[in-house]
Amino acid sequence: MDVTSLYNAEFMDHVAHPDYKYQMENPTCTHEGVNPSCGDELKFSVRLADDGTIDEAAFTGRGCAISQASADIMSDLMVGRTPEEAIHLCDLFERMVRGEVTDEAELEPLEDAEMLKDISHMPARVKCAELAWRTLKEMLEARAAADKDEKGA
Amino acid sequence: MLTQDELSTIEQNPYRGDYPLLSANPDLAFLDSAATAQRPAVVLDAQRHFYETMNANPLRGLYRLSVEATEAIAQTRDKIAAFLGAVDEAGKPCGSQVVFTRNASESLNLVARTLGRSVLKPGDDVVISIMEHHSNLIPWQQICRETGANLVYLRMDENYRITPEEVAAKVGPRAKIVSVTQVSNVLGVENDIPMIARRAHEMGAYMVVDGAQSVPHVRVNVRELGCDLLAFSAHKMGGPMGIGVLWGKPEVLDAMPPFLTGGEMIDSVTETDAVWAPVPQKFEAGTQDAAGAYAFGACLDYLDEKGFGALEVRERLLARYLTDSLAALPYVDVIGPAEGERHVGSVAFNVRGIHPHDVASILDMNNVCIRAGHHCAQPLLAYLGVENGATCRASIAFYNDKSDIDALVDGLAKVWEVFHGRD
Repeated sequence: MDVTSLYNAEFMDHVAHPDYKYQMENPTCTHEGVNPSCGDELKFSVRLADDGTIDEAAFTGRGCAISQASADIMSDLMVGRTPEEAIHLCDLFERMVRGEVTDEAELEPLEDAEMLKDISHMPARVKCAELAWRTLKEMLEARAAADKDEKGA
Repeated sequence: MLTQDELSTIEQNPYRGDYPLLSANPDLAFLDSAATAQRPAVVLDAQRHFYETMNANPLRGLYRLSVEATEAIAQTRDKIAAFLGAVDEAGKPCGSQVVFTRNASESLNLVARTLGRSVLKPGDDVVISIMEHHSNLIPWQQICRETGANLVYLRMDENYRITPEEVAAKVGPRAKIVSVTQVSNVLGVENDIPMIARRAHEMGAYMVVDGAQSVPHVRVNVRELGCDLLAFSAHKMGGPMGIGVLWGKPEVLDAMPPFLTGGEMIDSVTETDAVWAPVPQKFEAGTQDAAGAYAFGACLDYLDEKGFGALEVRERLLARYLTDSLAALPYVDVIGPAEGERHVGSVAFNVRGIHPHDVASILDMNNVCIRAGHHCAQPLLAYLGVENGATCRASIAFYNDKSDIDALVDGLAKVWEVFHGRD
């Protein structure tokens, strides 16, 4: 695999100048994700609008370029989505980096995140790429489950 | 710096052709032998030869094939004993002091679970070092928790040395077992085992040595080390994966209870009791990897034929060239001693501000194999305080040459370029 198929200028721009890496004020929810074997640590926050869509997304933390770029790319993709759409995109991303979905048309909803599809050829790095997506999904699913409990009670 | 003669020695490579994987991948710079070494053709051939010509269950059968299989294992035991300097007054190798396990990890677990469990009492000390691989750390953590013993760490000074003062301070009358690695799998530094063993014995403690990173690279003589038990793996020296060794002094092995029980480790069994077979069979329950043992014997023959002394000298040159080459890069920090002669096999380093996993991935794309991460030594990396708790590690074996290290240096320049552009 050629270096630039993944570590290209666009990817490196997300690493060097992330737009979404900052401490959010008054987030609706925050969730932490870690990859103990890599030392990757990520804290992901979202603020939901009154209609339930993601109004703002941001992250803080440290880790390798792949985990950091992936978090920045994901944040950009998630603004304006409903939690259900976001969870669906997280699933699609997971299947892309594991090489289970390769069809370009099917991957189109991932927009810029498609640039990470070569991760599927780097099995040792899949968990780096997934960290942000896994963290967001866990957060939104936990929130949905809590809402359901509340309504059920 | 290497002299012109020394450089010319490591430019030549009379060994690479003996290794099928390296021959099939001429552009590959394999610098991860500390994780597992490549295997020469003679080892692969021996494994096949065993199954094709002498396959039978060793120890059990009364027919010729089984006897041959048994002989093959016994001969390898003798070769290993001779390799480790475990010989009697007449110079005859003491094969019965060699116990086969799956790997160094299993050997160390065996020691912790048998020796540890039988000698440790609440308040006793088990002394290990901060540079242990998890294999020589977690077994002791567990057994200390179980027995109420304390786990005490020898720490190194700013020159990455465990000093006699530190050993005197930590190995006291409460010490019952001292278990230390001879060579760090991260830093590549060699500890002064004879000094530590002397202190351990003065205090009445057993001395256990993790030889996983030393036996493949430096001539290890168990008498000179002064240890009671030594653990290592065949696969890190060119033997098969899945076979390891626990060498022990006969009186120590005799006194240790068995580890796994079952077939082939007993003399006699009744409905209510069992009598253990003598050492080493006492520790070898079930059918052993006879083909692996036989192939490991072929590996030791290969090392003998090439001359272990010459291989050791070559590896010292490669380690010096590797350390010097890394230290010369302005964006690389060597983690460990700056002196190349203090590195046995391995050199840890980081590329400033770049995560080791990114470094390893980009090097991989340039056909250079190194290890990146915590190297199964998380307490050491925490102690060193390295960023992300991770480092890169390049490690050499005698079948490497100068071009492998030059490929690493070129690859690191590309890593820097990817992150920072061309200067």
